[in-house]
Amino acid sequence: MRSATASAREKARQAVADATRWQTPELAFWAVAIAAIFLFPSRHLLLNEIAIVGLFALSIDLILGYAGIVSLGHAAFFGVGAYTAGLLAKAGIGEPVAGLAIAAAVAAAVGFATSFLVIRGSDLTRLMVTLSVALVFVEIANRFESITGGVDGLLGISMGPILGLFEFDFGGTTAYCYSLAVLFGMFLVARRLVRSPFGTSLRALKENRLRAGAIGIPTARRIVTIYTISASIAGVAGALLAQTTAFVSLEVLDFARSADGLLILVIGGSGYLYGGLLGAIAFALMRDALSSLTPAYWMFWMGAILVALVVVGRERVVAKFAAAVDRLRGSGS
Amino acid sequence: MFRRHMIAGAIASVLALGGIAPAAAQDAVKIGLILPMTGPFASTGRQIEAAVRLYMAQHGTTVAGKKIELVLRDDTGTPDVTRRIAQEMIANERVTFLAGFGLTPLALATAPLATQAKKPMIVMAAATAMITEQSPFIVRTSFTLPQATVPMADWATHNGLKRVATLVTDYGPGLDAEKAFKERFARDGREVVADVRVPLRNPDFAPFLQRVADLKPDALFVFVPSGVGAQFMKQFQERGLDKSGVRLIGTGDLTDDDILNEMGEPAVGVVTTHHYSASNPSAVNKAFVKAFRAANKNARPNFMGVGGYDGMHVIYEALKATGGSTDGEKLVGAMKGMSWQSPRGPVTIEASTRELIQNIYVRKVERVDGELYNVEFATFQAVADPAKKR
Repeated sequence: MRSATASAREKARQAVADATRWQTPELAFWAVAIAAIFLFPSRHLLLNEIAIVGLFALSIDLILGYAGIVSLGHAAFFGVGAYTAGLLAKAGIGEPVAGLAIAAAVAAAVGFATSFLVIRGSDLTRLMVTLSVALVFVEIANRFESITGGVDGLLGISMGPILGLFEFDFGGTTAYCYSLAVLFGMFLVARRLVRSPFGTSLRALKENRLRAGAIGIPTARRIVTIYTISASIAGVAGALLAQTTAFVSLEVLDFARSADGLLILVIGGSGYLYGGLLGAIAFALMRDALSSLTPAYWMFWMGAILVALVVVGRERVVAKFAAAVDRLRGSGS
Repeated sequence: MFRRHMIAGAIASVLALGGIAPAAAQDAVKIGLILPMTGPFASTGRQIEAAVRLYMAQHGTTVAGKKIELVLRDDTGTPDVTRRIAQEMIANERVTFLAGFGLTPLALATAPLATQAKKPMIVMAAATAMITEQSPFIVRTSFTLPQATVPMADWATHNGLKRVATLVTDYGPGLDAEKAFKERFARDGREVVADVRVPLRNPDFAPFLQRVADLKPDALFVFVPSGVGAQFMKQFQERGLDKSGVRLIGTGDLTDDDILNEMGEPAVGVVTTHHYSASNPSAVNKAFVKAFRAANKNARPNFMGVGGYDGMHVIYEALKATGGSTDGEKLVGAMKGMSWQSPRGPVTIEASTRELIQNIYVRKVERVDGELYNVEFATFQAVADPAKKR
């Protein structure tokens, strides 16, 4: 009897270990991300933005892809993080890492407080509740003009060097390295989290919350926990934006930012963590390339591509693309 | 699934990142023009782009032996994007001038970069007074809200309006306009009976207009950003305010030339003060309007357009004066004190503030040849920005 339990435990441990093992494509992904520092020296600002948007999408993926919570208001936490970091820097705490930690804590607190709203109700209710929370935050930031600068934005942020060592430079190299490092750190946390028994229980409650409850998973507590963590990560992303651009405006809380986050997950796919990152890369590069080609009409092409992606199906588009690459590679050798 | 995403992502990334290699032409001067070309303020971007291209078509693309290249990018009206684009333009494209800036927050986000990189930053649209104080490299070719508002308050005083309500959009320029109007008007027993602020995004004027209707003031002073006037006018009419005896006055942003025709009958008789009307009778303006219409499918230039046109003039003349120098300090130095005949009338860049000293006209909307125009009927000569300390 005892040996049976022990072997079951051993099996479970083995399963978790298997799930957390690093695979080659993952390693390749991060290698490319690091290599980009040297490969595209003139595009560090864009890469920095991608890393930040990717981190934001990652935070949404945690609640959408793993706990099944659809949120239209995640920009609220992004904004809280951004304003926290911005105000700290303005108040004289210009060291970015400390700012980041405080922003994460504040966003987590706000996430925890609002998480009780998302425990209740169906998907549609949640959609409206999360949206309203974000709108409330926009209005708060707009009203407290003496603190936030209102629509004109938070002026006069001056960031100190990271850990007192690395000064932010004009080309954005420091900014990208910093954001990438933070992204990787947060990713490790998220990865460990979703592949732990905690993550497995989240998946269970995503499939069927009632049944998950019946087998003894405290569903409400699980949702509160993951929502708080996700809010905290979104706050870190916001803080990164505030620190690397030295500016915060109401747009950090904008509905469009939440919507973009979801869109990125539609492009990249949710529920495997890399969806947010790959989606962010695709989204930002597409936007950048199209908007420099046709500054006035790029949104049309962007929309057309997204519609095509949804109609044809992401899997098929990617498969075609991969097949074409294979053919090219085949004919090349 | 993951592997396939990886491959597709990697290839697309390399294409997109490497594809746009900054072209480095010899002896070229680049102008980085950043405008809201999409989103709610796209009309500002379109006007300025059209005027800038017109100026370049009229005056050639070689100045002081240098080839002028225009780099246009859309910032969607989002400050962090404006800032990133400006930073990339300075670092990668090596632009000599930054120009454009459709809204106040967009200019404010970029101002520190202009100082840091010592690049002249020509603000062609954004109109909050304090923008030029954010960097010694900012030169503005539009106007400031106090500059347009104070003459309106004076006109209202002289025309027997005693109780006036104000309605402004709740952001920098709106607050500037409200403050300037109140300070100037609320003297000699005159009264601002209500000061209403409407949000910048998705404005719904109905509840605010109801408040105004209840107060029955002599007049309603309005500031809304360029492009929003039509929506305001529609709701003003729907509430029956156009027939209630409340006079509508404001800065010229309200009766923007770009959309004035669409406003129709309720706009007729509205009195505004501004620095530019497409119906300005000077020969310079007539030629400008004609050329602008010819190049843009008969579209009328508005004050945004003229801001862009004059902005290019400043850039061209500064290059001529410095013999094609790309030194930011020298260029801004050459711009200070510059005077010329703009389509809006005679203008001078005040050396101490880097703002335009210009005429402010009092205009009334009238029907001319079947089209609505702001017809100028009085002039405040050479108005400097009243918000600056001198």
